[in-house]
Amino acid sequence: MAVATLGLLAVIVLEILYKGSADTIGFETWRPVVYAYVLWGVAIGVGQVLTRGEDGQRALFLLPALLFTIAMVIFPTLFGFYIALTDWNLSSFSGRKFNGLDNFWQMLADPYYRNALFNMVLYVLAVAVEYVIAFGLALLLNAQIRARKFFRVVFLMPLMLSPVAVSWMIGKSLMEYRFGPAATLARHLGWENPAFFSDPIIARISIMILDAWTFIPFMMIMLLAGLQAMSREVLEAARVDGASAWQTFWQVTFPLMLPVSVTAVILRIIFKLKLADIIITVTSGGPGGATDSVSSFIYREYRDRSNVGYGTMLAMAYLVIIVVFVTWLLKFANRFVRNVN
Amino acid sequence: MSVQTTEYVASEIRSPASFLASRVFIYGALAFWAFICLFPIYWTITTSFKTAVDVTQGHLIPFVDFQPDWKGWRSLGLSPDSIFQTSTVREEFLKRFMNSVITSVGASSLAIVIGSLAAYGLTRYRYHFAWFRNEDISFFFLSQLILPPVVLALPFLVLYREVGLLDTRVGLILLYTLMVLPIVIWIMRDQFNSIPVELEEAALVDGLSIWGAFFRIVMPIALPGMVAAFILAMVLCWNEYFFAALLTSTDAKTIPVMVASQTGSQGINWWSMAALATAAIAPLAVIGIALERYLIMGMTAGAVK
Repeated sequence: MAVATLGLLAVIVLEILYKGSADTIGFETWRPVVYAYVLWGVAIGVGQVLTRGEDGQRALFLLPALLFTIAMVIFPTLFGFYIALTDWNLSSFSGRKFNGLDNFWQMLADPYYRNALFNMVLYVLAVAVEYVIAFGLALLLNAQIRARKFFRVVFLMPLMLSPVAVSWMIGKSLMEYRFGPAATLARHLGWENPAFFSDPIIARISIMILDAWTFIPFMMIMLLAGLQAMSREVLEAARVDGASAWQTFWQVTFPLMLPVSVTAVILRIIFKLKLADIIITVTSGGPGGATDSVSSFIYREYRDRSNVGYGTMLAMAYLVIIVVFVTWLLKFANRFVRNVN
Repeated sequence: MSVQTTEYVASEIRSPASFLASRVFIYGALAFWAFICLFPIYWTITTSFKTAVDVTQGHLIPFVDFQPDWKGWRSLGLSPDSIFQTSTVREEFLKRFMNSVITSVGASSLAIVIGSLAAYGLTRYRYHFAWFRNEDISFFFLSQLILPPVVLALPFLVLYREVGLLDTRVGLILLYTLMVLPIVIWIMRDQFNSIPVELEEAALVDGLSIWGAFFRIVMPIALPGMVAAFILAMVLCWNEYFFAALLTSTDAKTIPVMVASQTGSQGINWWSMAALATAAIAPLAVIGIALERYLIMGMTAGAVK
């Protein structure tokens, strides 16, 4: 009970600090508020144990993560919704100005943002191709082969390596127009003018390839786990019944793999929606913003104009779109899996 | 193609020719993809030993096509002849490297601690905070995975400026912890679910407290899962670029940011760039080869029921 008041006290201190910073007196930065929050969290934890005994000890497992996530997500997101409604240039001294929905109207009229959203649709669609390749690789790794461990490590490698470093090397030197081996190879294959990043459509495809190179192993490993968990008897039975390999795959393997596939694809799409670093390093959105993902576009918006308000508005709009899309996707996937099985 | 159809006839006997054909196809495909995976890495490493001419003429094989040279590594101050001299580039590189190590280890450790505790609580006890039940709390944690970094980046930029955490390692660690926490909880929940409850019940009967049972009985069993989650978190943090690019400038800059900011005004120094990229990916390549088992364990947690 005494501890509960201690927690309350911390909140009051927090409140006072808040007021203090709003007025002229008080601390230089808001950092004490952070300390107060941590202290308050500890106090709550101790309070739980002292007042509720065993139940409190149980709650203690969950509290740190919960308090951490709430502080790191809920508050910044709400704050983000607020600054989305302001005109706030960090490099100027005028500070923030509340300008209501101006950013929103500006966003609706922004062709580059629309283009970035459209690109995200394309990039997400590319997951289908990645899925096919990943499934093929998983089947290969699941076949009766020697040196399986070696191939698994090799195939996993792209996922481990820093996308920035690798995409920099691949995009800027391996695919370099004049001397990059990939360009040379393309010339040998009959492509006269292997410029990977100057035509808008080809540039998008190049970005997709770079991203696929990094993330195919991720889906591959999940699918491989699914294949290995499948019971041998079912496959044997199909073979005994005289099914060809092709039939076995479509009528036994693929349906059984559906739940794993759906999980892998959804996770992959979620990662895809965050795509930014490759684009920022390789094309920085070019040519003419053609390859921009939403994240890289907002990043450049901020870097070029340092307008936090507009950038945040774009990000928040993206968040809303993503949440709606992913919710729909999860529902759809659930129903899909249930219908097939 | 007529050979292929005979291969999968229900009889156990396969014709040698079709067997050979399928072998050739499988190993051919494996070798092809291995090449795709490895060639960029090979290119990166060899380029760090090339001179300008070798790069622009597209020379590929060391000693045959071109004479390897320590040029790239010298510019980093890491070649054999320059390693004992003072080098500002090396100083900077080591500083960035340490930043990367500290932030990724720090964030992964923090995420493992609070994530494991939460995952354990969620698998063993029933909670209700207000109208939130276990499923809702789990969903709340896992849904953070959807949140794109860009949504948090700008608010955090402003908040960190106010709080004085901009361009500090602590700031990055907190954000990275947030980033990997859902994954850690996902893996650990799976791990704890696979441990029978009877073990703890026995421990409780023997007089251990809830936390005692957790630390003495459950933790040692769940250790592989923790290692898996830790390594996966490490990889993600090490490679993170977006937050680091926005939130750090001089003090806390990490390796990927340093790599990305190398494009100088006088064109690109391919060799030093390649050396830097090699240094950036080397630690993870080692981890990937040595601890591949744990990585796969982490990635497939919960995927297969």
